[in-house]
Amino acid sequence: MALTEADWQALHLSVSVALRSVLASLPVALGLAWLLARRRFPGRTLFDAFVHLPLVLPPVLVGYLLLLLFGLNGAFGAFLLRVFGIRLVFTRNGAALATAVMTLPIMVRAMRISLEAVDRGLEDAARTLGAGPFDRFCTITLPLMLPGVLAGVVTAFAAGLGEFGAVITFASNIPGETQTLPLALYTALQTPGGESAAARLALMSFALGLAALAGAELLARGMRRWLGR
Amino acid sequence: MAGALNVLAVQLLRRRGTFTLDVAFQAPSPGLVALFGPSGCGKTTTIELIAGLLRPDAGHIALGSDTLFDAAQGIEVPSEQRRIGCVFQDARLFPHLSVRSNLCYGFKRARHLARYVGFDEVVELLGLAALLGRHPRALSGGERQRVALGRALLAQPRLLLLDEPLASLDLARREELLPYLERLRDRLSIPMVYVSHQFEEVLRLATHLVVMRAGHVLAQGEVASLTRSPELRSMVGPETLGAVLEGVIAAVDGHTGLARLRVGEGELLVQAQERTAGERVRVQLLARDLILAIEPPRGLSVRNALAGHICAITTEADTTRLVEIDVGGAIVLAQVTEAAAVDLKLARGRAVWVLVKAVSLRGHVYAFASPREAPSGAAPPR
Repeated sequence: MALTEADWQALHLSVSVALRSVLASLPVALGLAWLLARRRFPGRTLFDAFVHLPLVLPPVLVGYLLLLLFGLNGAFGAFLLRVFGIRLVFTRNGAALATAVMTLPIMVRAMRISLEAVDRGLEDAARTLGAGPFDRFCTITLPLMLPGVLAGVVTAFAAGLGEFGAVITFASNIPGETQTLPLALYTALQTPGGESAAARLALMSFALGLAALAGAELLARGMRRWLGR
Repeated sequence: MAGALNVLAVQLLRRRGTFTLDVAFQAPSPGLVALFGPSGCGKTTTIELIAGLLRPDAGHIALGSDTLFDAAQGIEVPSEQRRIGCVFQDARLFPHLSVRSNLCYGFKRARHLARYVGFDEVVELLGLAALLGRHPRALSGGERQRVALGRALLAQPRLLLLDEPLASLDLARREELLPYLERLRDRLSIPMVYVSHQFEEVLRLATHLVVMRAGHVLAQGEVASLTRSPELRSMVGPETLGAVLEGVIAAVDGHTGLARLRVGEGELLVQAQERTAGERVRVQLLARDLILAIEPPRGLSVRNALAGHICAITTEADTTRLVEIDVGGAIVLAQVTEAAAVDLKLARGRAVWVLVKAVSLRGHVYAFASPREAPSGAAPPR
């Protein structure tokens, strides 16, 4: 069962979109995890719920909301196009944005848990040794929460490979631009005689997901050993 | 005196719920002040306030001529700029860094300062050479505290705060770490504040004492003068109640293992062959170990008979009396039963002989450098 050009294209696109989405959401997730774990502010519970909304909303709705905001007539979409000449809707980066929004809660959750587990006493010790806030975060907090950060990144990446509803709603199903593995699979299933293509794409999805999760576990193990836990 | 200007002066107020911490004291430089009191009396909070890890509601913290905190003037130097070294009860070594990297953490960040202790010096002082390549998880409790001490010192602190560094260690590990602490106290010309609820640690280490209870300072002053204070008496319990005398070892007889200790105008024979002549020591005479005689004793195995007179008698419990005896400048405490006090007609002004077994003093002689005679050592630049 040889893979066709189109299969490779879908695979490549899936990986590319998932990577972009992870890169984009990583700093945002870190910031949100910090806010939720370390800051006390009015409306924190509501904010917490808002961050987790993509987990419970229909993905199609998330895609639709993105269209409203980032579509060519949306508030952000018009701004991005006018000022930077960036168009997100119906593009690969748009697919990455939709994926990022959908996987953000997964990443925030993993980071927040690991941040909450960091002993504040160690940060205090670093303080008395002359380390300022940013210095402390980079040399103590971040290395100690790294297992959680990595787990979040890899899980979000693996989940991002399979994102469907939000992507197809916001970025559409354009071969070579936004047609990732799940979208290609869906298309194959809708096409008469597409069974063998669907089988190939299904197997590829399986292999990719398994590889990502196994990689995550190995990374986490190595990290724990490094941190001595 | 090299570090004379680095005297720590604090006056702190902090209210949380029903607990009020209201303390004021000074830590001379060089010297070691022990904050002594029962658990929950606010010792650790005091340390954290001085270090800048907590904020006082009101008060003032000054180190030499530097104001680190002043509520009225709105001054608050951030903790990372205070140059106050901290050794915590739980060591708090960074688990993702090797011992060497832990030691270097503060050292590197002090590179723009005029460093007064070097890396090799600290490694030698604390015996860390064999540990440098190890990871914190591979260290024993005592080793961890030594590394934490070294890490704090290498940040070139102007003041060292130690929060019960021995509390998490078993007895053997304590004995292992204590000599290092004594060495630091004698070699560093910076003030040290040491939190403890173990009176023996205080006797071994402290030059000055701040007695705390329920967020307040009950008494403060030099250790020897405070050991007779009623505030401290009520806290140490009958087992450790006793006077502390400071003196110089005049001679040690290697054959008998007896050392002659000059205390004030008198002399004590103590079993302390590990001491050397000329050494300044502190000796604790436990009140329940002392025997009183109203005639010069003869034909006894007791090695020490100090002549003196009674200067006070207080009722300890229903059936015991605590007698204070002036033995030529120094004052010692003796616990006697009420019956004995009545039989011997003990009263203020009465001449008595205080009998002390040399053997009973074994383990109660502590090496100790007086702050006034502290040797010149590493001193931070001002």
